[in-house]
Amino acid sequence: MTEVGFGEAIDLAVRDAMRRDDRIVVFGEDVPMVRRELLVRFGPERVRGTPISESAFLGAGVGAAMAGLRPIVEIMLVDFVAVALSGLLNEAAKIEDFSGGKWKVPMVVRATCGGGYGDGGQHEQALWGLLAGIPGLTVVVPSTPADAAGLMRSALAHDGPVVFLEHKLLSASWLEWLAGSRRDTVTFDIPLAGAAGEVADPPPPVPIGRAVVRREGRHLTMFSLAVGVHRCLEAAAELEQRGIEAAVVDLRTVSPLDRHTIVDAAGATKRVLVVDEDYAGFGLSGEIAAVVAESGLAARFGRVAVEGTIPFARHLEQAALPNVERIVAAATELIG
Amino acid sequence: MPARTAPLADLYSEMTRMRLFEEAIGDLWWRGLISGEMHLGIGEEGIIAGVMAHLEEGDAVALDHRPTAALLARGTDPKGLLLEMLGHEEGSGHGRGGHMHLFDRERLVASSGIVGSSGPLACGFALSGLRLRPGSVAVAFFGESAINQGMLMEAFNLAVVWKLPVVFVCKDNGWAISTRSGEMTGGTPGRRADAFGMPAWRVDGSSVSEVWAVAGKAVSRARRGRGPGFLWATCQRPRGHFEDDPLLRFVEDPREVGGEIPRLARGSMDRSAGEMRARGAGTRRLIGTLARAAASRFGPRKDPIRKAAKGLDESQLGALEAAARGEVETVVREALEIAGVAP
Repeated sequence: MTEVGFGEAIDLAVRDAMRRDDRIVVFGEDVPMVRRELLVRFGPERVRGTPISESAFLGAGVGAAMAGLRPIVEIMLVDFVAVALSGLLNEAAKIEDFSGGKWKVPMVVRATCGGGYGDGGQHEQALWGLLAGIPGLTVVVPSTPADAAGLMRSALAHDGPVVFLEHKLLSASWLEWLAGSRRDTVTFDIPLAGAAGEVADPPPPVPIGRAVVRREGRHLTMFSLAVGVHRCLEAAAELEQRGIEAAVVDLRTVSPLDRHTIVDAAGATKRVLVVDEDYAGFGLSGEIAAVVAESGLAARFGRVAVEGTIPFARHLEQAALPNVERIVAAATELIG
Repeated sequence: MPARTAPLADLYSEMTRMRLFEEAIGDLWWRGLISGEMHLGIGEEGIIAGVMAHLEEGDAVALDHRPTAALLARGTDPKGLLLEMLGHEEGSGHGRGGHMHLFDRERLVASSGIVGSSGPLACGFALSGLRLRPGSVAVAFFGESAINQGMLMEAFNLAVVWKLPVVFVCKDNGWAISTRSGEMTGGTPGRRADAFGMPAWRVDGSSVSEVWAVAGKAVSRARRGRGPGFLWATCQRPRGHFEDDPLLRFVEDPREVGGEIPRLARGSMDRSAGEMRARGAGTRRLIGTLARAAASRFGPRKDPIRKAAKGLDESQLGALEAAARGEVETVVREALEIAGVAP
């Protein structure tokens, strides 16, 4: 076990998988520089830079996966998936069904997501709800280095298209690229337990579609992902001071949702709070409410999510993203 | 060494299979046995047959929403394709895909109903070919107006900078559904290819021998690792964009026009709407489109099959056509039997 950063943990899993399976190739914008550790190990045939053409290279990822490779297509920011959405929505997600189950698309789309570093509303979106809403796509969003490595390992072993989202606030190298984090004049509220941690080499796989309970509690259950999990844990510690015991469930996979764990954990407290860095409407938080309702459980429900376009100004951004104050307030209201 | 003259009898035979099969599909669509839109490739056979004849095992093909002819040429079981269009469980995709979403995994052929998507897909096929099937090529078929789709232009560039063995085949019939392609395209397909640093060949797609000759160059160049090439092949599709094409109906059926003229004339004189200049311009635009459609409809016919027939003996033609007809009739009969439909 060694202590590694969140992004390094993912690269560790990729490196390990590339050693064992020479069908794995990685490509995307700036990949030869961003993944230089892979470039020097596996060479430019397997670690490729692309033009700024997400539609072409994401679509090419689909074709490459169909024709025998196992590509990791890197989209620098998940926001940019928008310009290439057809490759995911109309190709990758559909081909297995259209071919009557005969042709699968084993591709991983690795993209950064999330905010908290003042990059504005086109570079800080979560979008996991949007993507998870597409049948045929698997969407994973880890919150710790060990899960990140383990989920990447599972994603690379998966036979269908997986969107792997890497929260920038947890990923030091992306903060360096996109937030200018080497300046000692700026600060970010980085959850330390997410940004670095112990990871075995090779990392053990973390199963897709399995949530994990990060903290037990009998008064309410919080569901979250990525940075949100750490915000929830911080809020839970604060709530404890006030005599409220909050459970925290890390969903880890958005699609397929771990319905079993969700219903179990919700049933234990009958008070559900979803903390979601994605948009509040028509997304993950509503989906969890539906899962709980469909189970026949009567539970109180609340959500802390992003209501609109994420503002640029740091104080406005801080207020727009789920933060500890909002979580504590929503939890208190749910109890009252 | 590939043959230096086109194997005309084989190509004629292949094109005839395509034509008869697609005509049968059209009939089934009109009978209401096939749902949705129906894009037939009738008129494109010269391009498809001329290109596909150069493919070998391990090559891959990305198709558009007119995929049937190329799948036939690749050797895909036609009965499975027909059953798929009939929405039958025994179809190639168990009835889940339909006529725009036909796949043959074994032969690496995939189609898509999204205009332009064959470009990125073929790039991926080719990339995979570089590693797993050295010496193989990938072909992308698309219409001329697909070149205005960003993903296809991005794919041209990607194929060039990655030096991928892709042959891009632009089937140019001059129309994007009811829009004259030239009115919506800056420059020409050939110059687009040129701008990306890719060799382009312009060819009359109604001549299967000419297509065969230039496709041979592009395919062999790509196979030798010299990068992508671009075929700009013109053609006529007498049945328009899809079956029961409204534009063709307009120019072919006087009753259709008769029904519309009074309403349109009233509209063009509606003073409560736009200014006279705008109404006049709108009316002229509509008449211009219809006139062009009529002209291209009734102009000289460029049928690749008839053209190829001129280079073959009468006696040979009869036998080749009879063989193709026999095959298609059997396929249709057997498929309808499985589907439980009267012939």
